[in-house]
Amino acid sequence: MSVQPFLIAAAGLFSIGIYGILVRRNVVMVLLSIELILNAVNINFVVFDAMLRDAMLQGQIFTIFIITIAAAEVGIGLAIVLMLFRNRKTANINEFDLMKW
Amino acid sequence: MVNTNLISLLAEGKPTFTDGGIAAEYTWLIVVLPFIAALIITFFGKYLPLKGAEIALATIAFIFAFSSYLLYLNVIEGVASEFYINVGSIGSFDLEFGWVVDGLSIMMYFVVGTVATLVFIYATNYMKGEVRYTFFFTSLTLFAGSMLVLVSSPTLLQLLIGWELVGVCSYLLIGHYWENKENSSAAMKAFITNKIADVGLMIGIIVLALSTGTMRISEILYQSTHDYQSLKSVAYLAGVLLFIGAMGKSAQFPLHVWLPDAMAGPTPVSALMHAATMVTAGVYLLARMFPFYQGMASQALDVVLLFGVVTLFAAGLIAIVQDDLKKVLAYSTVSQLGYMVAAIGSGAYTAALFHLWTHAFFKALLFLGAGSVIHAVHTNSMREMGGLRKEMPRTYITFIVGTIALAGLPPLAGFFSKDEILASLNHGGFSTYFAIAVAGAFITAFYMTRAVVLTFFGDYRGSGHPHESDTMMTTPLLVLAGFAVAAGWVNIPGVYTGFTDWVTTRKNPIIEYHPESFDYFALSSGLIAGLVGIGLAYYVYQILGKPEDGDQKIKIDSVWKLLENKYYLDDFYFKFIINPTKSTLANIVDKFNTNILDRTVNMFGIAASYLGNLVYEKFDQGGIDRALNASSSSTDALGARVKLLQTGKAQQYIMYFLSGVIVISLLILLVL
Repeated sequence: MSVQPFLIAAAGLFSIGIYGILVRRNVVMVLLSIELILNAVNINFVVFDAMLRDAMLQGQIFTIFIITIAAAEVGIGLAIVLMLFRNRKTANINEFDLMKW
Repeated sequence: MVNTNLISLLAEGKPTFTDGGIAAEYTWLIVVLPFIAALIITFFGKYLPLKGAEIALATIAFIFAFSSYLLYLNVIEGVASEFYINVGSIGSFDLEFGWVVDGLSIMMYFVVGTVATLVFIYATNYMKGEVRYTFFFTSLTLFAGSMLVLVSSPTLLQLLIGWELVGVCSYLLIGHYWENKENSSAAMKAFITNKIADVGLMIGIIVLALSTGTMRISEILYQSTHDYQSLKSVAYLAGVLLFIGAMGKSAQFPLHVWLPDAMAGPTPVSALMHAATMVTAGVYLLARMFPFYQGMASQALDVVLLFGVVTLFAAGLIAIVQDDLKKVLAYSTVSQLGYMVAAIGSGAYTAALFHLWTHAFFKALLFLGAGSVIHAVHTNSMREMGGLRKEMPRTYITFIVGTIALAGLPPLAGFFSKDEILASLNHGGFSTYFAIAVAGAFITAFYMTRAVVLTFFGDYRGSGHPHESDTMMTTPLLVLAGFAVAAGWVNIPGVYTGFTDWVTTRKNPIIEYHPESFDYFALSSGLIAGLVGIGLAYYVYQILGKPEDGDQKIKIDSVWKLLENKYYLDDFYFKFIINPTKSTLANIVDKFNTNILDRTVNMFGIAASYLGNLVYEKFDQGGIDRALNASSSSTDALGARVKLLQTGKAQQYIMYFLSGVIVISLLILLVL
């Protein structure tokens, strides 16, 4: 089995995620893009795991960890976004420049 | 720590003593403890329930217990050893401190321990509610400690240090009520008079150290009994110089003037000072150096004898005309010190120390008794006392015991010690001096009886209602009265002469005369003089009429005036020493100071300030400051630009980050 198509798909997914992070103005969309990047990484893990035929399935186990952590991260992220929205009445990421000099 | 075992070297003849074992080794404790205690009292005394008095009491009680044990050791087997600690060397000179544990030191430890313990107990009550209570106990503890430094010293240097410390503490204590100008002047007078005498001591010590090449007392004494020529050539000079030092501390005529004024201090201080911790220092010094005087400086002993006899007589006479109870006792102390010094001068080592021993107890008793009276009637003047025997029975009884002991009636302490001095004078063939000493005994009995009659007999002439002091004050009196009765029994010729063995237990053998049996001529002369003195004074002051009129009946105006003015010694000092010093010398020194010293100092100051300005402007401001300012301002400018990168926008940061990743990746790709 060739791994190339999968890697290309993962790379595409990663690029879309980066594009989303850099370009989208809505915070929720930025969060979604982060999820895309994480999933691109997951695909890579699973693909290389399958390719190397690892007896201990380390790649797949890692993937499960990442999914779990991604879920938690989304929870926290959304909570922050919610609070920001309540305070600022907007979800535009350019409005959130509190950490300026 | 080195325990020099010089026994075989120093003490020819069979050594009849031990080195004292562990007790002697730890004797440094009683010397060091008072200083630690004084520190603790200074810093924590005020927060303690008894305001620091308990620490002073505990310390002094320990010293008493320890010295009692040492005395016990000395009595049963004899103790003599020396310990040295080498602190450092300068060339061939070793700086050494240490402690001596021998018969003489142990006797002094015991006297200081006993008298100080009783005085401290007394003082806790006497000083209650007075100003600077805690500080008073600090000084008192230091005072006792300084005296222990002095008497424990195996080197002349440490002796000098102890000597000066005693002087400083006496200054603090005499001037305890320094708000009153008189008191601070008295303190100053004591200090300066002592200082003048100390110059003699200091030069004497330097002379001795240079001619013997050592500061160790025992080695100096060894050399002085073994015909070392370099020491012999300066022996007379050194002997006299040391005696000048002793004249200051032990208040010998004409340097005694400070002692009566020292009565300005609180009474417990007077008791301590006159019995144990200060005035005995001079006698101790002479006793410590006795083999030296005996071996090489016997001519100096003639000077010692002369001054001792003059003092005992002259001071006794002044005591007769005093109206201040404490001053009577003060002059009495001077006079008794004259006896001790005269005894040393006549070569009677034991007699002098024996009198020091008995005198310490009964004089402490008399002073504490006087303090009890003063505490009750709130005045020092005997004109305003009288009739106190009914109100103050305990004080009265104990005071009488002290008086009899001082007047020298058997079987009380003073009888034996004074008799031994008289016997020694008689034995030495000093018939004139012997006669004067007997006259002194008469004078002693006379003025003490006068004081007793004026204070305790007749009717009360003061105001208010005096009453007996409480037990904290009368108990020390009773204990001291016991000592005043019994202290003389340790050296009865022909019966028991243990005291002679105690104090002659030393590494350097003492060659002296001490009577094996009573010298009945000296004994009866002294006794008759004492009895006549008491009888005459009692007759004049009590039987002939009212006590307060007694002075009028025996008054010879010109003599009385001379005595009241203390032989015009103070006036003499003021007119010929103090005022000339103040006017002429001080002027010259002042001129020298302003015109030469100050000018030089000013020149240096101006030069230094010019240089400083130069350095400030050119080097500091122009160089260092500028460089620092430049670096800081450039950092500031750079920061102002760089901070613009921090926009707070997350997406921009990610952009920078990604560009970095891409650049690095490209680099890696290209290079690899």
